[in-house]
Amino acid sequence: MTMDLLTLIVLLPLAGFFLNGLLGNRLGKGFVSVVGCGLPILAFLATVRAFMQLQGGDGSALLETAYTWAIVGDFRFEIAFYFDRLSALMTLIVTGVGSLIHVYSTGYMKDDASYARYFSYLNLFLFFMLLLVLGRSLLVCFVGWEGVGLASYLLIGFWFDDPAKAAAGKKAFITNRIGDAGFLLGMFLIYHAIGTLNFDEVNAAFTGPVAPAVSASLVGLLLFIGATGKSAQIPLHVWLPDAMAGPTPVSALIHAATMVTAGVYLVARLNGLYLQAPEASQVIAVVGLATAFFAATIAVVQTDIKKVLAYSTVSQLGFMFLALGVGAYGVAVFHVYTHAFFKACLFLGAGSVIHAMSGEQDIRRMGGLAKRIPITFVTFAVATAAIAGLPPLAGFFSKDEILWFAFASERGGSPLLWAVASFTALMTAFYMFRLLWLTFLTPSRMDPETSHHVHESPFSMTGVLIVLAVLSAIGGFFHVYDFLEPIMPMPAYDHALAHLKLPLIAIAVVTGLVGLAAAAFIYRGGLARAERLQQRFSGTHRLLSGKYYVDELYEAVLGRPLNWVSERVFLNLGDRALIDGSLHGLTGLAQRAAGRLSRVETGNLQFYVLLAVLGVVGSLAWMWRHG
Amino acid sequence: MDRTQLLLMLSIALFSLGLVGVMIRRNALVMLMCMELMLNGVVLSLVTFAERTATLSGAVLVFLVFVVAAAEIAIAIPIVLLLSRQRRTLDVGAWSELKG
Amino acid sequence: MAESTVLNLILWLPVLGMVALLLAPRGTDRAVRGFALGVMLLQLALTGWLYQRFDGSVAGLQFETRIPWIADWGVNYHIGLDGLNVLLVGLTAFLGPLVVAGAFTAIQKSVKLFYAMVFFIQFAMLGTFLAQDLFLFYVFWEAMLIPMFLMIGIWGGERRIYATVKFVLYTAFGSILMLAAVIYLVYAESQYTGRLSFAFAELGRHPLSFEAQSWMLGAFALSFAIKVPMVPLHTWLPDAHVEAPTAGSVILAGVLLKMGTYGFMKLGFPLFPDATQAFTPALLTLSVVSIIYGACLALVQTDIKKIIAYSSISHLGYVMLGLVSLDLVGIQGAIVQMVSHGLVAAGLFTMVGMIYERCHTRDLAAYGGLAKLLPVYSVFFMILTLASIGLPTTSGFTGEFMVLLGAFNAAWPQYQAGHALPLVVAVSAVAGVVLGALYMLMLAQRMLFGAVKAPHQPFTDLVAREKAILLAFVVAIFALGLFPQGPLAKTELAARDYQQRVLGTRLPEAAP
Repeated sequence: MTMDLLTLIVLLPLAGFFLNGLLGNRLGKGFVSVVGCGLPILAFLATVRAFMQLQGGDGSALLETAYTWAIVGDFRFEIAFYFDRLSALMTLIVTGVGSLIHVYSTGYMKDDASYARYFSYLNLFLFFMLLLVLGRSLLVCFVGWEGVGLASYLLIGFWFDDPAKAAAGKKAFITNRIGDAGFLLGMFLIYHAIGTLNFDEVNAAFTGPVAPAVSASLVGLLLFIGATGKSAQIPLHVWLPDAMAGPTPVSALIHAATMVTAGVYLVARLNGLYLQAPEASQVIAVVGLATAFFAATIAVVQTDIKKVLAYSTVSQLGFMFLALGVGAYGVAVFHVYTHAFFKACLFLGAGSVIHAMSGEQDIRRMGGLAKRIPITFVTFAVATAAIAGLPPLAGFFSKDEILWFAFASERGGSPLLWAVASFTALMTAFYMFRLLWLTFLTPSRMDPETSHHVHESPFSMTGVLIVLAVLSAIGGFFHVYDFLEPIMPMPAYDHALAHLKLPLIAIAVVTGLVGLAAAAFIYRGGLARAERLQQRFSGTHRLLSGKYYVDELYEAVLGRPLNWVSERVFLNLGDRALIDGSLHGLTGLAQRAAGRLSRVETGNLQFYVLLAVLGVVGSLAWMWRHG
Repeated sequence: MDRTQLLLMLSIALFSLGLVGVMIRRNALVMLMCMELMLNGVVLSLVTFAERTATLSGAVLVFLVFVVAAAEIAIAIPIVLLLSRQRRTLDVGAWSELKG
Repeated sequence: MAESTVLNLILWLPVLGMVALLLAPRGTDRAVRGFALGVMLLQLALTGWLYQRFDGSVAGLQFETRIPWIADWGVNYHIGLDGLNVLLVGLTAFLGPLVVAGAFTAIQKSVKLFYAMVFFIQFAMLGTFLAQDLFLFYVFWEAMLIPMFLMIGIWGGERRIYATVKFVLYTAFGSILMLAAVIYLVYAESQYTGRLSFAFAELGRHPLSFEAQSWMLGAFALSFAIKVPMVPLHTWLPDAHVEAPTAGSVILAGVLLKMGTYGFMKLGFPLFPDATQAFTPALLTLSVVSIIYGACLALVQTDIKKIIAYSSISHLGYVMLGLVSLDLVGIQGAIVQMVSHGLVAAGLFTMVGMIYERCHTRDLAAYGGLAKLLPVYSVFFMILTLASIGLPTTSGFTGEFMVLLGAFNAAWPQYQAGHALPLVVAVSAVAGVVLGALYMLMLAQRMLFGAVKAPHQPFTDLVAREKAILLAFVVAIFALGLFPQGPLAKTELAARDYQQRVLGTRLPEAAP
């Protein structure tokens, strides 16, 4: 049983997909709930068991080969699973938080007609995500990578009657695909240079004595392009806010806790490669920081509760990449871990709010919910404090480590990085507390009809919120980066700066509190002050609300020209005018020539006889001349 | 001019008359008759040469030609008859559907 | 029963079926359909049996039959299975019953003649793949034209005459040039050996001059490139697909197009290695142009069948890329992609046929929200769309991944040696996967999601027969996607042989 444990973990959700998909509609919601939640929970328990095996062993990773996919020449592509401390942590997050969200969904999606379809898709997602984090080779990881993209597409466009929602799913898939092209190229380079796609062997090759014959930075950049797509970094971030069209638990699971962290996982997993790729790491750090900053600025003006959280996710992911870029891989994973807790809690809390508000998502029409839905409020507040980095909650520990290494790491840390990151942290605190205030603490701006129906969510939902809030509170005490130290050493930093650590932490806490205070000040009484500010800075506000018009830019630079070229140049000019045109010209020529020639056939018998005689006479004369 | 040459000239004359007749006349039966004339011109030349070379092959060929000509006429005249019933004329210009 | 006998039986069974159908007295349409299905299933069973017995570790031909036909010209009836054609023969046999069953309700007039034509095409296609003699190959190649002409011309759509004439003229034009090249090739070889021979194994033993090779490759390549089809010789395909009946499209996309790539793989490139290597840049460019041009054009079509037709052009561009890359992974990937495309495109056309039978329009704008009206149909459609996009776990991924990996593997060293073109081609081809997702998802989106609209409602979801057909496609696609090692093991030696012959590192052996 031990050998197949990893395969079991992966296959349990897949079984759920088939059972729910094929039998769910017939066997009813009870069956779907039990299977849909039970199998992920079983996967979680199996993961715990595997974790204990890992810890109880000699420290080497668990390795299981399922089967050989293809053998071409000297190269074997195998479907194998690899369980070391990093995969253990990721799998525990995926199955643990995943199971919680499945349970939450039983409450949230209770009245949806496509209940069975929802759970089968959710299970499918879990299957692919586990492939991603448990895969031993880039190939298996890629299978999972694309698979979660598929699940994301299906779940974002879940309510496909609405064409806008369906379009959001398509946008996610296409944007991810662009990143995947980079992933593929990086994979090909690695394969060409090293001859294997297994993570452990790739890392060993790059950290070993003989450097592989390919630029680590080039590979690193290509793989990072893939990560950009999956983890919604600039310039491929545009799909994540639109992905909020899907059901809220989907946003929590896929677009907060698990799928979007796949990019972070990939870079962290290949830390051996990235340690040899300083240029690529620099790019990652800058892109991550830029994304964090810009997404935070957009979040400040968003009015949809889920959109605020979406941009917040993009911003937090940017922080994670910043950490990766300066070599603090363990710290980035630490933030993945804490972020999973508080962001899931926030999204599910938002779901609870939406549930209570009968579908309303605009925070301008909320307010005063603290007393009406207290459990939601408290858990949401705890998670907000966590993301703002207030001690001793989880976010405080992870964000502070990131800021510290952004400042001090010898692999690219600088005061400039730290300053921008700190300012972003300030904005994070600001917009999150703005959200908290406008949703819960300000006087009510609710529509009376909606207000009448406000009610706390069922225990299946609030129970999960409580669990996640507790984890957001105490989760930070488990220092993931220490746990991962054996496989991901912390970057070196100038010890002369060590004395600055405590002051920096203090500054970080102060920034969090300043953000809190600013939000409280501006939004305390409602929207009035904010609206005055908005009018004073209307230009900036328009820019931010328009998300810097990136979508419009892409449409103008990529979308429309592609269509125009395809239609005008390729279709009309190329195919119709040139190719078919020359064809029709040829056939026309043949037909006209035939028409002319056929005039010989006059239908007059005499004429034919004359021609025959002339022919005979002519040939006789010719033979006589040349005979 | 000796006998052979005279006979050959007669045979050429017959053949040419027949040929010109086929080319010029429009009446189907007359065209057939002219074709017979051409055949007979050829036959005459065959007989002439047979006599000249004192072999029998020419004469045998004459009989062959006669038989084939007879068979051909036996088929051609009914065809012309059937065709003429369709168009009620013996003018070959009446059939030009294969034009163009 | 000896395997070679079984192979002959597989080839001639359709002929027997055709003769039986044409000579049979007036039976009911139902009897005709049942008979046709039975024959095809028998052929499939025999092919499956042979496939199992095919040994991938043995080089060269297996289950051969060689009977002198026109001895004075050195023409033999020589057929056999090798790694290059075993998968394609399997594909043809697999599609046979699916085509027949798929046409049960679509074809209502001249049913007997229709199935006779299906048999004829099956015979011609199998013959092309199995032939090991150039004369035989050419005969089968040409033979395929007649039934396709009739099929499109009799049971096709409105512009069927235009489409079928275009198809025949295009193909025949290439074939004429190929005939000239064939004759010259045999003649040139006979100068060395002193006697005429059309056998594949004996041709090309003595390398021709580079100039001769170039002309001959050009002639062969023209004919094959029209068939594949490669841009710019592709314009017959969209018209042919749109006007053909569903079964015709399925056969066309499923197998017929593979005859072109098979021709390149078996004949075109190995027989003229020097010319192939010299023309590689042009071939690479044309392959990637097919990939991108086909995808761009698919993006702006309004007729569903045209979208899938252009997607075929794009997918087969990958096959050509793999073949020209001359990397073992790329070549194997090309073979897998041939089979994968055969399954996916055939499946998609079958599905288009199913919706056409219900709604009688191929205009994309007329459809929407089918996921609500036809849930089972939509599931299958989504699976086939994902296979076309190349989602991992489907056969589309296996083929595309291996082709791109092979292309890249071959391109990178050349780039480091100073030739940038192969790398540009490889990177552009990778970009092609994004376009692939773009147009297929657009198709799926417009058809399945959004507001519900479809003409001639109400209609039923899939019946058992339709579900069985689509299930067969889906199972095959996932089998090839998840477990490609089985087929790959059978083709490896032949792929290596192809690679070595084109790289010029090995001369072909003469047959005893």
